[in-house]
Amino acid sequence: MFGYLLRRLGTFVPTFIGVSLVSFLFIRLLPGDPIMLMAGERGMSDERHALLMAQFGYDQPLYLQYWDYVVGILQGDLGVSFKTKRPVWDEFFALFPATLELSICAIVFALALGLPAGVIAAVNRGKWPDQLLMSTALVGYSMPIFWWALLLIIWFSGMLGWTPVSGRMSLQYFFPNGTGFMLIDSLASGQKGAFTSAVQHLILPTIVLGTIPLAVIARQTRSAMLEVLGEDYVRTARAKGLSPLRINGLHALRNAMIPVITVIGLQVGTLMAGAILTETIFSWPGIGKWIVDAIGSRDYTAVQGGLLMIALIVMVVNLLVDITYGFINPKIRTR
Amino acid sequence: MSTRVSKGAEPAPTNAEGMQRPGRLREFWQYFRENRGAVAGLVVFVFFILLAVFADVVAPYSPIAQDRGAFLQPPFWQEGGSTDYLLGTDALGRDMLSRLIHGARYSFFIGVIVVVIAATSGVLLGLVAGFAGGRTDTLIMRLMDILLAFPSLLLALVMVAILGPSLVNAMIAIAIVLQPHYVRLTRASVLGELPKDYVTSARVAGAGRLRLMFVTVLPNCLAPIIVQAALSFSTAILDAAALGFLGLGAQPPTPEWGTMLADSREFVLRAWWVVTLPGLAILINVVAINLMGDGLRDALDPKLKRS
Repeated sequence: MFGYLLRRLGTFVPTFIGVSLVSFLFIRLLPGDPIMLMAGERGMSDERHALLMAQFGYDQPLYLQYWDYVVGILQGDLGVSFKTKRPVWDEFFALFPATLELSICAIVFALALGLPAGVIAAVNRGKWPDQLLMSTALVGYSMPIFWWALLLIIWFSGMLGWTPVSGRMSLQYFFPNGTGFMLIDSLASGQKGAFTSAVQHLILPTIVLGTIPLAVIARQTRSAMLEVLGEDYVRTARAKGLSPLRINGLHALRNAMIPVITVIGLQVGTLMAGAILTETIFSWPGIGKWIVDAIGSRDYTAVQGGLLMIALIVMVVNLLVDITYGFINPKIRTR
Repeated sequence: MSTRVSKGAEPAPTNAEGMQRPGRLREFWQYFRENRGAVAGLVVFVFFILLAVFADVVAPYSPIAQDRGAFLQPPFWQEGGSTDYLLGTDALGRDMLSRLIHGARYSFFIGVIVVVIAATSGVLLGLVAGFAGGRTDTLIMRLMDILLAFPSLLLALVMVAILGPSLVNAMIAIAIVLQPHYVRLTRASVLGELPKDYVTSARVAGAGRLRLMFVTVLPNCLAPIIVQAALSFSTAILDAAALGFLGLGAQPPTPEWGTMLADSREFVLRAWWVVTLPGLAILINVVAINLMGDGLRDALDPKLKRS
């Protein structure tokens, strides 16, 4: 196990260097130099330009700049936003809880529907529930989620008036930002209706962001279940006369979960990409919307920081999934 | 995998007249035909291709012609609609049906170009990595790991930010993002084929490296690559539409479906058709291609068949 850990960490380090290099080069690849980008259309005098280039260290050789950049990352310094002049690190972590809350809700939603759907489809293989569920999953898998969001807004906000169109909380409620999770903060504030409002704001974004993972989990659960259902121990359980619910739910599903867990880990990238679209449409104040806005307003240090941090999050989650997987399944370790 | 053994490498099996296998294409079609969903997907796909090719003939109006007398006119079956504009008009009085038909062109253009770029470069890199091994292999695969660490849409977004928003740049970005999958797939297949006897015999018979790569091994690695091509075709269409939707893909007035959706966002609660129809077109298209992809996988490689 220790050897496996080391090997896995061994691939993490070069990938980290590569990812930091990509985000480092991002600003350098843009037309114009970073100071001129910061100045925008106003421009500046040559002296001030030279001064600022020196001040930000842009006049140094590239490899030194990169070294400073990596040292900065390790100390939690991602530079200062061109636009707000605040540290990018602070901005990122101020907004990250919103994205995290939405992502957690989305994955819970996807699991809550995807697992039963996959089990039902597998148990009824080839019959109408299987066909119905798998066709639905195919549609979900193929869904342009930005359009799906607009459709849900038309139905639930426009026609039925059930859910708000954007944001995280009605303006009438105000409470301190404790954990950054609206669901928890609104409960802690003790204000009547605040929690309900938080839930209402979460519903549509959760569905939109959870749709693709839901479809993927349902498909994966189905095929994993089908594999497991053919195993001897399932036949034994059946022969013993255990109830179908017990066989399918306990004996089979538990073993079918292993590949499903991996798939959930791999969905983190999908969630981050989905968050960009979902947050933009629902004006959800998270990092996805932040990055799109930063690209729009040419706030390139923010884009750079966001790019790096999101890639790091995806990498760390994948690392954790691999390690967990190694714990659960000894066969993996020896590969 | 009995075919494509380089000549002279082993004695040709005695081929009695009646024993011959049916042609590859026919065999493939027999498998493919069994999957009703895949055939349905193919039919829809061909329909969209025909629309794309004959867009100028089929579409009743030009996709950018504006009728100042008909802003946001609903489809013909709704009150206020007319048969002049079967699917209604958008906020600038342009015919929705014509724009949707022309949009099919962009979708296929995007899909074809992206898949060709991503597959060609990815397969080449994968072949090199698989054959070269050692440091070259490690270097290529590490580079691909780095690309894969970024969520695809984010990477595409940032690349477009560097290159500037346009359809061509969006396609380049998406191709780069999709390419690592081909590299991994090709390399894995190559590594699976290399130890096989037919490769050794070809090598012993004196086949050069390039011949080994492209003539001996590559044809036997094609099945998963073709399936991947179908899947990334639909991903390309989705991602390009997403970029268009964020204002970083095709620019107005291009009748690209994602861009059309972005234009119509403000009318989401007033005029359902300008929002619903372009997205529906994307969805139908992508579902059809994914259905076909599933059928392709089953037909080309029965081993991969999901039970």
